[in-house]
Amino acid sequence: MARRSFSATSLPGFSAIAVATFVMLYLPIITLVAYSFNASDSISQWGGLSLKWYAVAWENDQVRKAAGFTLLVATLAAVISTAVATMAAIGTTRRKPFRGQTWIYVAINQPLMVPEIVTAVALLIFFASLRKLTGYSGIGYMVAAHTAFCIPFAYLPIRARLEGMDLTLETAAADLYASGWQTFRFVTLPLLLPGVLAGAMLAFVTSLDTVVITEFIKSPGQDTLPTYMLGQLRRAMKPDVNAISTGLLLVTLILLFAFFLLTRKRE
Amino acid sequence: MSQAIAVEARNAVKAFGVGAQAVRALDDVSVMIRKGEFFTLLGPSGCGKTTLLRLIAGFEMPTSGVILLEGADITYLPPNQRPVNTVFQSYALFPHLTVAENIGFGLKMQGRPAAEVRATTGRMLALVKMEAMAGRKTSQLSGGQQQRVALARALAPQPKVLLLDEPLSALDAKLRKDMQIELKRLQTETGITFIFVTHDQEEALTMSDRIGVMSAGKLQQVGGPRDIYNHPVNRFVASFIGETNFLAVQRDGDGLRLAGGPRIEMPLGAASVGSALTLAVRPEQVRLVAADEAGAIPATVSNLVYIGTDTQCHLQMADGTEIVARVQSTASGEAGLVVGQRVGLRFAPGAAQVLED
Amino acid sequence: MSEAEEAQDAASTRNGWLLSAPALVILTFAAIGPLVIMLVYSFLTPGATGNVVWKFSTNGWTGIVYARDIFDETWKLVDAHMVIFWRSIKLSLITTVLTLLIGFPTAWFIATREPKARAVWLFLITIPFWTNLLIRTFAVNQVIRNEGVLNTVLLKLGVITEPMRMVYTDGAMLVGLVYVYLPLMVLPLFAALDRFDRRLLEAGYDLYASRMQVLFQVILPIVRPGIVAGSILVFVPSLGAYVIPRVLGGGKQMMVGNFIELQFGQGKNWPLGAAISITLLIVVTVALVFYTRAVSGEKRDG
Repeated sequence: MARRSFSATSLPGFSAIAVATFVMLYLPIITLVAYSFNASDSISQWGGLSLKWYAVAWENDQVRKAAGFTLLVATLAAVISTAVATMAAIGTTRRKPFRGQTWIYVAINQPLMVPEIVTAVALLIFFASLRKLTGYSGIGYMVAAHTAFCIPFAYLPIRARLEGMDLTLETAAADLYASGWQTFRFVTLPLLLPGVLAGAMLAFVTSLDTVVITEFIKSPGQDTLPTYMLGQLRRAMKPDVNAISTGLLLVTLILLFAFFLLTRKRE
Repeated sequence: MSQAIAVEARNAVKAFGVGAQAVRALDDVSVMIRKGEFFTLLGPSGCGKTTLLRLIAGFEMPTSGVILLEGADITYLPPNQRPVNTVFQSYALFPHLTVAENIGFGLKMQGRPAAEVRATTGRMLALVKMEAMAGRKTSQLSGGQQQRVALARALAPQPKVLLLDEPLSALDAKLRKDMQIELKRLQTETGITFIFVTHDQEEALTMSDRIGVMSAGKLQQVGGPRDIYNHPVNRFVASFIGETNFLAVQRDGDGLRLAGGPRIEMPLGAASVGSALTLAVRPEQVRLVAADEAGAIPATVSNLVYIGTDTQCHLQMADGTEIVARVQSTASGEAGLVVGQRVGLRFAPGAAQVLED
Repeated sequence: MSEAEEAQDAASTRNGWLLSAPALVILTFAAIGPLVIMLVYSFLTPGATGNVVWKFSTNGWTGIVYARDIFDETWKLVDAHMVIFWRSIKLSLITTVLTLLIGFPTAWFIATREPKARAVWLFLITIPFWTNLLIRTFAVNQVIRNEGVLNTVLLKLGVITEPMRMVYTDGAMLVGLVYVYLPLMVLPLFAALDRFDRRLLEAGYDLYASRMQVLFQVILPIVRPGIVAGSILVFVPSLGAYVIPRVLGGGKQMMVGNFIELQFGQGKNWPLGAAISITLLIVVTVALVFYTRAVSGEKRDG
């Protein structure tokens, strides 16, 4: 007898729409990845499996330089933003709410709220004047812009970790004669570390994801992989763009996995 | 059949999981619940009482067996087509609606005219004495008030049967007592059949016309509160309802003999066939007498626990068996006993129950 | 409060500020400060080769909607600008509605899975969310372009005889916007549905509600703050979209984001670009105020 049991949570058609949504979300990405392994020159004709576009991308000096620059900026931005975000997270939690705290929240989350294009042109205006004023046109602008943009992404998981932390542990440490610094070094920091690492992962991924800001403030020769790809749009696209995308995708995926392992709730 | 039957479960089985891991939450339960009675399903958590309630409500379908409502098969009828309403353990009041809108929800869903919805809602608000709160959001109510709204909401569509899933468990002790009386009043006033699920034996004994005691997915015993308390059919029922001493006894002619102890005069029913039996005695049925009284079982007081009006007297018999007696505390707060004192035990005639398992 | 306690609180507050200071300095330098400078620029005069001349002018602001006719010197509404603004608003609104229509069932599906499966489905939504926006837009482009996968398959199947022209249309931008911003709808909806008390469903069915009545009279009103939150989270970046219209609109079908860029490039009208940016910022801020209200409202009711 196959009479279906009554389920309070099922709604007609919802599962079908959901499954279709997941197919829709992944089909283009899978297509993009699949064509990176295409032996044919075209991005629409399938010519068999090949790694040739990875080789093409790798042998391209511009791509190699952009890849190096991308990783350099992302690493610097992730490290700096995580460091300052950790301090800010400690400064804005586990103490009596103080006047101005809300403004610190607003300031830290500001990059999340302002459309990227607006931040990008504002930075363009400001950095253009600075360049003229100082004559400096190095990597500093890029790192500063990426760092500012990454701060909220690093801050949120760290703050979540701090808020979920048991304050009595620190009281216990103090009770056991630990000084303020010792408590921080041997109790708070080890407990906070997964949150800090998670924040750093998100900051890194965010830097990789930043296209518009980078495109607007880059000095000549400061292409990242995303701006390089955007530049390729004017030409006939070749599958080497797919190869680069797949590589970036892989890095993002690994970092995301690490992030979820770090933030997974333990039973 | 002297009385009409409101709900009947016939050989209801509910298994969760499949194959070897399948767990039978309900194992071949058959029960008839009469129209207009206050019927309580009593048992520890996981005994299947809530599952049975959910089968009647329609939230679950049985693996096998049949559920009848006034003789009609409703086994596979979805819950929104059954004239049966539930008061949920957590109340499950709609947070986006006011008290009055919550109460009128069922009638509105049934498509009743607005005037009727309003009138019935008004009557229900009066019934549970919540008129003053009609416009409030449910989150602004106390636990007891939420309880009343949940009751009114479930009663408003005039169900044939009202199901109550441990509705008092979230309330504090004092409020619970008041609500017990309130529930009984509502049941008498509306004449609706109540099926009440609880793990609290006291609640069950105070309110019910009849009680069904459940354990391990099976219905152990069905009967009136006195019947269940005084004549439990098995060890589980005897131990779950009230406190009980269990004594291992041997059949000895037409009487009983305590393992390694004296003979007890006890008329044995025809049912008791085996030779190894269990004697169930309520602590308040154990009488303490002088140690040398003829026919009394000798014992020594091993501990005294003062619990207010009574004192719990732990006794040790000759073979080491422990038994508890309840003795009324004297004015000075003592039971007139001391630890180490030798006493004699007697059971009031007919107070002890012989169990077979 | 004792003096010692007050002193302790003051020290704690001072530490709070000191610890937050490095982050605030970076944010002031590379995020907040530049916005203020941009506000100043919006009141200056465009330079002949870009940048600005330090001379006060409100033309940047009036230029958003009006332009002086070169023949009769009268001020007129600029139709071209209106077309772009209207396209941005229209596409963002449609995107919001479409992502809600497909995002709600998806979020419901995820929220009603067993805990282990739910984590997997949720992760599957999060991956596209964190994947480079440009990569995702390229992926859509490769599917719908003239020689793309969709046309190739349809041609092979004989459904069409000539490739459909899908890229560089409003429709293509819409597809891209929905595709890219869908996770921003699903995630807050999931959060709201995850908090939703499932027992209310049984209460609804127990009280004779049909499936549709449970959906519209129980679920939707209760998770409305989540719907508002998701809608704003989609609407805001859609309105400021730059990469999607550039890749899928081909530069001809501009949205506000591209229009802003144009003023800093070929348009050589920085004050106008700055004024439009600030306008966009104000619209977004207003939307986010509603968002904050929706989110805090949800916390209050839940």
